[in-house]
Amino acid sequence: MFGRDEKLSSVRLTAVQYIILAIFLILAYGLWRLQVMQSEFYAGLAERNRVRTVPILAPRGKILDREGRVIVDNYPSFTALLLRDSLRDLSADADLIAKGLNMNPSEVREHIRKFASMPQYQPIFLKDDITPDELAFVESHRNELPELDTIMAHRRLYPRKGFMAHLVGYVGEVSEDMLNQPQWEFYNPGDVVGRSGIELQYNQMLMGKNGARRTIVNSRGKEVQSLSETPAVPGTQLKLTVDIDLQIAAEEAIEGKNGAIIAMDPRTGEILAMVSRPTFDPNNFAVRISRGEWNKLVTDPDKPLLNKAIQAQLAPGSTFKIIMSVAGWQEGVAQSLNVHCNGGANFYGRRFGCWVKQGHGAVDLTKAIYQSCDVFFYTLAEKLGINRIAKYATALGLGQKTGIDLPQEVSGVMPSEEWKIRNFKQKWFAGETISVGIGQGAVATTPVQLMRAIAAISMGGRMVVPHVANPSEFPQAYVAANHYMDVKNIPIEPSGWNLITDAMGRVLLPEGTAPSAHIPGIDIAGKTGSAQIVSLATRAKHENSEALAQNGWFVGFTPRRNPEIIVAVLFEGGEHGRLAARLATQVIKAYVDKQRRLPSKVAKQDHKVDVGAIWNEAGDEEFHGGRFLIDVAKPRLPLATAAPGLR
Amino acid sequence: MSRYVSFRDFDWLLLIFVLMICGLGIMEIRSATAHTQFAGAHIKQVYWVMGGVGAMFLMSLINYQAMLDKVHWLYIAALTSLMLVLIFGQKYKGARRWVKLPGMHFQPSEWVKLILILAVAKYFADLQQRELSWPEFIKAGAIVGVPMLMVLRQPDLGTALTYLPIAVIGSFLGGVRLKQALIVILAAVLLMPLAWHALKPYQRDRLTSFMHPDADSQDKGYQVNQSLIAVGSGGIWGSTEGSQTHLAFLPVPQTDFIFAAFAEEHGFVGALAVLLLYFIVLMRLTQNAQTAPDRAGTFVVMGVVAVLSFHILVNVGMVVGFMPVTGIPLPLMSYGGSSVLFIFLALGMVMNVHMRRFVN
Repeated sequence: MFGRDEKLSSVRLTAVQYIILAIFLILAYGLWRLQVMQSEFYAGLAERNRVRTVPILAPRGKILDREGRVIVDNYPSFTALLLRDSLRDLSADADLIAKGLNMNPSEVREHIRKFASMPQYQPIFLKDDITPDELAFVESHRNELPELDTIMAHRRLYPRKGFMAHLVGYVGEVSEDMLNQPQWEFYNPGDVVGRSGIELQYNQMLMGKNGARRTIVNSRGKEVQSLSETPAVPGTQLKLTVDIDLQIAAEEAIEGKNGAIIAMDPRTGEILAMVSRPTFDPNNFAVRISRGEWNKLVTDPDKPLLNKAIQAQLAPGSTFKIIMSVAGWQEGVAQSLNVHCNGGANFYGRRFGCWVKQGHGAVDLTKAIYQSCDVFFYTLAEKLGINRIAKYATALGLGQKTGIDLPQEVSGVMPSEEWKIRNFKQKWFAGETISVGIGQGAVATTPVQLMRAIAAISMGGRMVVPHVANPSEFPQAYVAANHYMDVKNIPIEPSGWNLITDAMGRVLLPEGTAPSAHIPGIDIAGKTGSAQIVSLATRAKHENSEALAQNGWFVGFTPRRNPEIIVAVLFEGGEHGRLAARLATQVIKAYVDKQRRLPSKVAKQDHKVDVGAIWNEAGDEEFHGGRFLIDVAKPRLPLATAAPGLR
Repeated sequence: MSRYVSFRDFDWLLLIFVLMICGLGIMEIRSATAHTQFAGAHIKQVYWVMGGVGAMFLMSLINYQAMLDKVHWLYIAALTSLMLVLIFGQKYKGARRWVKLPGMHFQPSEWVKLILILAVAKYFADLQQRELSWPEFIKAGAIVGVPMLMVLRQPDLGTALTYLPIAVIGSFLGGVRLKQALIVILAAVLLMPLAWHALKPYQRDRLTSFMHPDADSQDKGYQVNQSLIAVGSGGIWGSTEGSQTHLAFLPVPQTDFIFAAFAEEHGFVGALAVLLLYFIVLMRLTQNAQTAPDRAGTFVVMGVVAVLSFHILVNVGMVVGFMPVTGIPLPLMSYGGSSVLFIFLALGMVMNVHMRRFVN
C-alpha cells in the first residue's frame, strides 16, 4: 500500500533546516548576551547572593569601681530564630518549637505568618534572650529542626534592683533623632549605644568597634564557608571613682525614701557614691522594655528616671546659710553681727518668722550656724544685699553646672538683681533678699552643686570639679581638655573658715540641730536644711499635705579639718534636715569604718596578736615579764566584691 | 519483497551524538544535585538512559509501516488514556497528569506525542498532494487539537504546547498555503485574550514573571531570576564555584533548569558546545527524513525533529530569558524517566525509518 510515492518538497525540508539553524543562532545569541556581554553584572548578582557579611558585635567595655570591682558586665545572650528552609513546613514544627522555647504555638505560627511575605533570606526572630534550657533545646534538636538556629549578642548585665542605675545609665538602639545629631553621625541604625548616665557620657570609649565576617551562604542562609574575618575590637573598660562599699551604704540608707545621696572626696572631686530614688532596673531595658512599663516610668510623679543628684533643682533651705556665712565673713559683716532672736523679725514691713517659735535669744555667727537661726541670717542678708550674696554664691558655683562628667546636668538658679531683670523684666524687691538669706525664695540648687560649694568651703576655698570617671586611667591631654582636675581658689579668710567649720562641727552635738545623727568617735561637720516647697501657709490649707512636705537637706564632711569625704543628702518629703543628716552619717560611718579597718591598716596576723607584759604576783615585790600570743576577735569588715547581682 | 533488516543499517552516528548529550546531562545532574536532597539522581538517570536505549532498539524492530496501518487504533487508545487521566489521575500540585500503575507512575501525555507523530504522518502521507484544502487543513488541526485540549484540561500547558509543532510541521511539509497559515495565526492571536482567561493563576504568573523577572525576585520570578544569574555568572569559561547551582539558589536544577546549571558550570563555551551537539543531531535527523523510503517515513522523522526542536527552543529560550517558564524539559539532558523514555522511543521510530531506507 505504501508504494514508491511522491517525495516531499525538498525546498520545504531545506527551509526547516534553515529555521532550525535560525533558532539555534537566536539561542546562541541569548547565551552570548548573558554570558559574555552581561557576565560581570550577573557575576555581581551571584556574589551578592552567596556572600553575606555578618557583623561580629563588639562587647562593650566593663564598668568598674575605684578598686576594680565589677559594676557593669556583659553576658552572652542568645536569640532564637527560624531559617526559612523552603523545603520544610515551618507550621508543622511550630508545636515542638513552641514547647522547647516555652512559647505559645499560636504565637510561633503568628511569627511565621507575619514573615511569610518577607524575603526568604530574612530569618524569623522568635525569642530574645532565651534561657540556658531553651538554648540546650535548640542545640539538641539540630537534626530534627534544622531551621531552628540562634544568634549570640553581648547584652549588658547591670546590678540588680536598680542599684546605681542613674549613675550607670543604660543602653539602647540608637534612635533616628540621635542619628540626625552631629555627635552620632558616624553611627548606624541598630547600633546599641548608651542612652543615659555613664553609658551615654563615655559611650565612645565603652562601645568598641564591631568586626565583620564574610561568609558564603546557601540559598537558605546557611553558612557553608567562611571567607574572611575582621575581629571585633572590644570596648575599653572604664574605671570609676565610685566605691561600691560606700555606694551600698548610700543605697541602703535611702532605700524606701525619695531623694538623692552623693558622696565626694572634696580634695579631688572624685564622686564616691551617687544614689537617686526612686530607681528603675536597667536590665529590663537591655532586652526590650514594653510600652506599658516605659509609660509607667515616664509618668510616675516621683520621676524614677531622673537622676536627682544632678537633675533636681530645689531650694537649698538652711544649708545655704553656710554660703551666707562665708559671704558675710568675707565682707566683714558677720564677724561682729549679734542679733537677738525672739522667734521672728520685721523687714520691709513684713514679719519673717524663725523656725524656733520661742526664739534663740542672743545669737552670734557660731550659734546661728549650729542652731540654724533664721533671724540672724535674715539680718545678714539685709545687710549684705542680694548682689553681694550672689557674688559669693556664684563664685562657689551655685546657679551653674558643676561640670560633672554626666549628661543632662541642670544649672539651678542663683538670683540677683540682674537675673531678675533678665528673666522677669522686673526690678528686684529688697524683701526678696530676706528669703534668699535662708535658702528660700528663688534660690534653687542641685544636690551636687550644693555639695561642691560646701566642699570648697570645707577645703578653705579650694573648689574642685566633681567627676565619676577615674582620670588616672585617661591620657594627660584628655584629662586637661575635659577639666577633670581643674581647681578654682575662692578666697576665704582662714579665721572665718575656722569659725564656720567649727560651728558646723557642733550641728551634730547636743546643742545643734541634728544631735540624733551624731556618731561617737567621728568628727562630722555639717549643716541641716529644711526647704519648703510651698509656703507654710499654703501647705496648711492643703488637705493632702503629705505631697507638699518639706524637703530635708544635709551636707556634711569628715574630718572637720582636712576633710576626706563630703556627703550631701536630699530627702524629699523628709520634713527636717536631721532626718537627712542620719542618712548622711550612715554613709560617712561606712567610709570611716572602711578606712579604719582596711586590710592594710590592721595587723597582718588574722586573729593572733603578739603582746608583751610585766606583772607581779600578789604580795610579791618581784616583777615578771613575758610575751603572749592572744586571740583577738577582729572580724573583718565585710566588703563587696562586685555590685549586687554581678557575682 | 522486503529485505532482511539489520542493525548494520542502524544510525550509529546519531546514537553516538545522542549518547554524548545524555552523558553531559548525567554529569551535570550529578554535579547539580550533589549537595541537595536529590543527590544520586544521576544514577537513576543512567538507568533511564539504558532503559531508553533498549526501548529504542525494540522500537526500531517494529516496522513503522505496520504501525502506521494500525495508527487509528493507537490514536483511539491515546484519547482513552488521556480521558482516564482526567477521571482517575493522581492529583499533584493542582493538576491531574499521572496515572498510578502498579509499581510506577505513568504520564500518558508523553506517549500520546509519539502516536500523534504517527497519526499526523499517516494522515499527510495519505493525502498525496502538494497543496492542502481547507477541510484537510482543519482535519489535520483536529487530529492534534483534540488531545491537546484534553491535556490542557489536566491542566498541563507545557505538554499541550509540545503537540503543536507536530501539527505545524505536518501542515508545512504537507503543503499548507501561506494564506491559510496567516489566517490561522491571525485567529490564534485574536483568541489569545480568551486563552488568557482560561489560564490558571500560576500559569499567568509564569508568563508575566518572564516579562519582568526582577519585579518579584523572591517569589514568582525567583526561578527565572536565579536561572539568569546562574547562566550570566558562568561567563565565557564557566564559574569555578558554580555557586548558583551548588548553593541551591537555583531551585530543582536537575529537571527543567539543567541547561542553566550546565551553562553556569561550563560557561558560554560549554553551553555552545551542547547547542552544537543538538544541532548536529537535528541535522542528522533531517538528513534521515530526506532518505526515508516513503512520504510517511519523512513525516515521522520530521515530526520527531519538530518536537525536539520545539523542546530545545522553549527550554533553552527560557533559560536565557527569551521564553516564559512552561515546565518543558530539555530533551536528553533533563532528569526524568518519562521524558527520556519518550525521546528514545521517538528515536527508535527514526531508526526504524533509517534502517528501512534501502527497502524497495
